[in-house]
Amino acid sequence: MKVRPPGPGHYDEMLLAGNGIREHYRDYGQWLESCDEAWLAQRRQEADLLFHRVGITFTVYGDEQGAERLIPFDALPRIIPAQEWQVLERGLAQRVQALNHFLHDIYHEQHILREGVIPSEQVFTNTQYQLAMQGLDLPHDIYTHIAGIDVIRNNDGRFHVLEDNLRCPSGVSYMLQNRIMMMRLFPELFARYPVAPVAHYPSLLLDTLRHATPVDNPCVVVLTPGRYNSAYYEHAFLAQQMGVELVEGVDLLVKNEHVYMRTTAGLQQVDVIYRRIDDDFLDPLAFRADSSLGVPGLLSVYRKGNVVLANAMGTGIADDKSIYPYVPDMVRFYLSEEPVLENVHTWQCRRPDDLSYVLDNLHELVVKETHGAGGYGMLIGPKATQAEIEEFRARLKAAPHEYIAQPTLSLSSCPTFVEEGVAPRHIDLRPFVLCGRETRIVPGGLTRVALRDGSLVVNSSQGGGTKDTWVLEEVTPC
Amino acid sequence: MLSRIADNLYWMSRYLERAENTVRLLDVTQTVSLMPVGANQDDLNALLEISGLRSGYQSSHHALALPDVLKFFTMDEANPGSIYNCLRMARDNAHAARGKITAEMWESINSTWLDMRLRRTREIGVWNANAFFDWVKERSHLFRGATYGTIMRTDAYQFIRLGTFVERADNSARILSVKFHRIEDYDRPVSVADLYQWTALLRSVGAFEAYQEMYRGEVTPAKVAEMLIFRPDFPRSLRWCLDSIASILVKIRGDAGLAAKRQSAELFARLNYGHMDDVLAVGLPEYLQGLMADIADIGDSIRKGYLEAV
Repeated sequence: MKVRPPGPGHYDEMLLAGNGIREHYRDYGQWLESCDEAWLAQRRQEADLLFHRVGITFTVYGDEQGAERLIPFDALPRIIPAQEWQVLERGLAQRVQALNHFLHDIYHEQHILREGVIPSEQVFTNTQYQLAMQGLDLPHDIYTHIAGIDVIRNNDGRFHVLEDNLRCPSGVSYMLQNRIMMMRLFPELFARYPVAPVAHYPSLLLDTLRHATPVDNPCVVVLTPGRYNSAYYEHAFLAQQMGVELVEGVDLLVKNEHVYMRTTAGLQQVDVIYRRIDDDFLDPLAFRADSSLGVPGLLSVYRKGNVVLANAMGTGIADDKSIYPYVPDMVRFYLSEEPVLENVHTWQCRRPDDLSYVLDNLHELVVKETHGAGGYGMLIGPKATQAEIEEFRARLKAAPHEYIAQPTLSLSSCPTFVEEGVAPRHIDLRPFVLCGRETRIVPGGLTRVALRDGSLVVNSSQGGGTKDTWVLEEVTPC
Repeated sequence: MLSRIADNLYWMSRYLERAENTVRLLDVTQTVSLMPVGANQDDLNALLEISGLRSGYQSSHHALALPDVLKFFTMDEANPGSIYNCLRMARDNAHAARGKITAEMWESINSTWLDMRLRRTREIGVWNANAFFDWVKERSHLFRGATYGTIMRTDAYQFIRLGTFVERADNSARILSVKFHRIEDYDRPVSVADLYQWTALLRSVGAFEAYQEMYRGEVTPAKVAEMLIFRPDFPRSLRWCLDSIASILVKIRGDAGLAAKRQSAELFARLNYGHMDDVLAVGLPEYLQGLMADIADIGDSIRKGYLEAV
């Protein structure tokens, strides 16, 4: 099949400007050229059928029928050469380490505020700041055991961090299933490419969770909101892969200052909860009283240190979009290192200068709510209608501190199998960082792709798809 | 294991077994309707009686006719006992216990459900019902095979099998009690006209071939009853079901289900050391009423001991 070239000025993962092909895609390019479109379409159909059968679906909120949908899977891999991955890996580990330091500091002595690196009001007036965490010591001072860092490549070819996800990052099951699918569909490619394996992620995750408590031989569970949650498939998959119980709030109870689960053999003590429920819903006695998802009394057990939550409560203060601009400063402050990975330039609308710049340039900026997630509640200036821009202008003026703005990035593109053939589509990357005894990252992550031509929104809730991510291993000559 | 998950697994297999049993009943009713004697109102009534769905049917239908009954039992969304709903509930329970069943089991039950939704878009009638019945039985066999071949022999497996046998025991007892309602002489060979009814009954529990092999020739109500109640080697007899239930419960760890363990062992002993003479002495309908009540009690004790959150 022929690969359509990207527009001028774009960075493409596979093609060079002027019709060349990047070194690490050369073999693949030759293989792709020899593929027949009908054959590839057939493979894709096979993948859809398999995904459906295995039940790898997600629920779209607001969908009237509550229908379960497949996240579109693209059969063309995103390939990352070994040297680039090494830089990413170093940068990600460094960043998450700094974020953990920040969380510990914020909930203890607050050096970073006292030295004026971050304005105090940015933390204390933030709804994500969790007063219940103040002064609480956690095992190994780890707050975010599992982090998903969204990374994009700009048209200068450099990686930038777009967003940190430190609460309940999801998507890792797609990383694992996409690989299984690719190996099933195209075994011949894996013979040609030294693709670094990712299948050991669940065992690393279990190791991380077991290390999160001082208890010997701890009982670990995964806490899910239930099967109507959009990521239920992932919760069940991870629990099964780790060989631990998948529990719902109703399965747990607090008794004698410990958390127990109800089993057919009576009550069993729980030591570590890998929770996939937001802070607000964890304990109806402490937070939202209307939550039926949580466990009454959980917070008091947590504060006594008799149960570990992964991730900890209150991590949202570190991945909030209003704190994001300060992450490079955190790296310098806590680690005395220069950040390996850059941020995307961000205007903070709470600053009058930034606000007036943003208001003057709305048509070319991306404006986001500081607490928003999932691609909801954002304005993409160049794609917006005049009415939408005016609506955001009013919202910005009314509550400037609730917004940040960033330049419209040209996310790098990657050849993708769409209706018109193989054409460039914009992608990002979410690698998963595990913090336990050491910081570990399986080589790869979830590559999300915006399937509509020119679109920059890769969120699955907004019609994005996924790709398998191949990190190549360095082939050492014998 | 988690009580909630045990509940899901138990009901997953109960609903699947219920779908299979319903299909067997429909299958013979439909077959009888093709014979010269035809299916009469009694047969259709018996179907509603056995499944306990008479009032549900009557609330939406005026007449009792085979095509309507077929639709009611297969595709009717409003009928909680329809095959459609049984498969939906089985799949929903499997979905909730996704983490405790193997990928093969999940794929089997999920694709059954996806296929069911597709089949529901097509009309079902006397002309194509057989293919549908065969399909349901096949899917049930496939799931059982996937379970048998892939799952670890932990408590999860025990609760899955428990659901199967509690449902099956209940079903066998219901079939017997409806069909034996008005028999006067249990030892007289049945008339030619009735023969169809009796062979149909045997077929409805998949016992026709086994009966021929065990008893050869003559069909008498007493022998049919004996087979379905006491045979130690027929996998749908009450004795077999209770043997299974009692020995499964023994394997489940903990003291939570002592009542269920005791009741099932007691009932099994009665069947294991029982005889048709005892049955006839109290009268078959009365004996069966007692059995059904005991099976319901065991189901209750299982629910209280294991499945309900404390």
